[in-house]
Amino acid sequence: MFTRRQALMTAGVASVAAAVASIPAAAAAKEAVAPADISRLPRQKVTLVAPPYVHAHDQVAKGGPKVVEFTMKIEEKPVVIDEEGTTLQAMTFNGSIPGPLMVVHEDDYVELTLINPESNSMPHNIDFHASTGGLGGGALTLINPGEQTKLRFKATRAGTFVYHCAPGGPMIPWHVVSGMSGAIMVLPRDGLKDEKGEPVRYDKVVYIGENDFYIPRDEDGNFKSYESPADSYADTVEVMRGLVPTHVVFNGAKGALTGDNALKAKVGETVLIVHSQANRDTRPHLIGGHGDHVWELGKFDNPPAKDLETWFIRGGSAGAATYTFLQPGIYAYVNHNLIEAVELGATAHFVVEGDWNDDLMMQVQAPAPIATN
Amino acid sequence: MSFSHTWIEAVAAASVSFVTAFTGIAWWNAPQISSTFETVLVSPGAFDFEPTGEFVANGAEIDPGDRLVAFRRPIEIMKFQVTLGDYQRCVSAGKCEAADTRSGDSEAPVVGINFLDAQAYADWYSDYTGKEWRLPTPEEWAFVAAERFAGEVFTRGQDPSNPSIAWIRRYEEQILLNREPDPVIHPAGHFGPNSNGVADLGGNVWEWTSGCYTRIERDSEGNSVGAPYQNCGIRIAEGVHRAYMSNFIRNGKSGGCAVGTPPDHLGFRLVKDAGFASGLTSLGHTVTKYLSH
Repeated sequence: MFTRRQALMTAGVASVAAAVASIPAAAAAKEAVAPADISRLPRQKVTLVAPPYVHAHDQVAKGGPKVVEFTMKIEEKPVVIDEEGTTLQAMTFNGSIPGPLMVVHEDDYVELTLINPESNSMPHNIDFHASTGGLGGGALTLINPGEQTKLRFKATRAGTFVYHCAPGGPMIPWHVVSGMSGAIMVLPRDGLKDEKGEPVRYDKVVYIGENDFYIPRDEDGNFKSYESPADSYADTVEVMRGLVPTHVVFNGAKGALTGDNALKAKVGETVLIVHSQANRDTRPHLIGGHGDHVWELGKFDNPPAKDLETWFIRGGSAGAATYTFLQPGIYAYVNHNLIEAVELGATAHFVVEGDWNDDLMMQVQAPAPIATN
Repeated sequence: MSFSHTWIEAVAAASVSFVTAFTGIAWWNAPQISSTFETVLVSPGAFDFEPTGEFVANGAEIDPGDRLVAFRRPIEIMKFQVTLGDYQRCVSAGKCEAADTRSGDSEAPVVGINFLDAQAYADWYSDYTGKEWRLPTPEEWAFVAAERFAGEVFTRGQDPSNPSIAWIRRYEEQILLNREPDPVIHPAGHFGPNSNGVADLGGNVWEWTSGCYTRIERDSEGNSVGAPYQNCGIRIAEGVHRAYMSNFIRNGKSGGCAVGTPPDHLGFRLVKDAGFASGLTSLGHTVTKYLSH
């Protein structure tokens, strides 16, 4: 009997063969950059943290380029994505949706150990938009359950970049909309700069990964749940092909960044918000605030736009924005397609404490009957 | 300065629950047969009630405090919430719109209905029975609900110099009182009767009342200034917490700047109107009279 899982595995094996075929070319490329030099570089081991948090890092690089070592374990697991208990058969980098934000500096080497545990059911890989060649590393990292691989690439361009799973053919969009995306931030060695070349610094950084999910419904219109990713595949692809997501959420679930999980800041603090969307366009907006410096395209060699009300993150990219909070209160950070924000879930909250500034805003008259004279 | 008006829908959406207070008490484990024909007569009495609506003094929201409310006649109220089966008869008669939420159990409460649907049912049911049936007032609902009444669960009042303090406090209170949503539609009687013998109060179906959103301006002496502002496009639903909902909403939702879970479901039950003045609530001074009798 030919099961759906076997079919998926076969698709994976075909891709593995393609990857193996490409290795000699990659090996030849290594010769050209004299690996011996890299072996003498200092090495730094970084433990990744789950979004919206970001591992500790220097905003300005100390010393010369180094090799930054990361390890990520791929986890297939059911994840509840809304308050009704709708379950996604998720695929994740390191157990979180999105995968963790990795931070390095330009000219550093990223060395990632990618692990696909035996308990998973499918082959996976990783495509770094920040890297050069080899399908972003996808051609060199395809691993079956029970395997691991190590990829090194040079971070040659400064900016925020998406990474995602791209195991070949129809598996690519499915793995991405099942949760397999994240971002890497490659900082300029001397830190972020504004349009005049003056330093831009942040007190806090948050990483918001936006996902569009496509959950099949039963004949009564209720969301279906499945035993495994493979079981959900055929129905899910059908919904995906309609291009109408059932959920558009930040950090893997409706409400993942509100209420108890709301982001916190104080008046006067500058927050850097990194926002990625691996599949679909989005338009972040901070209700009651602005983007002070916005790298809409996410690439730090371009001067930031200033004072934006709403910015645009193209599907398949990550952008960054700073904002210094000037007024206390609750700020909603939304995808300003407000249907997606409110009905489908793309809302985060900042709870900002501090003194109220009457100069910036005040209620001169409380709601009262319309004056008649 | 008041941000309260922006919270109308937010309050509608926010669900605040005293579920922890009920933990360990098995009052929901008593399934009973549903019938809207079964009513309960709740004896007259008086109780402290925090008035509904928003109270404002010097441009800032204030806490109005409790007031004594008395009922001089018994309240005759449906023991169970109106069931899907009951509601379907009104739909079949062409007097009610179909509910938004599909449930296979005709013995379970009808949910996914808005205030206007509930009112249409009351009108139809009154014609059908030849008696006057209507939605309870918030005061009647609170009195009948007794120990299951939650009402306004947020701290009121704000610092006029920094409106964000009350705003953030309310946000945090919403989080603190947050409850797990219970989307399952349980059979009538699932949550059991309260001390008055009325079933399912404060379960996962919030109930429409006839109460409208009001805002009352007070002077420094606590006296009302001018006529209260009233918006009956927004009605009060009672349950695990009080929800101000637009009268056309059939399913509560959280979103925007609100947090917490909205009412799981919206349903209703009716009271039999025994005639003019019988069910009227009276304020403190009337209560004194009542108590002296």
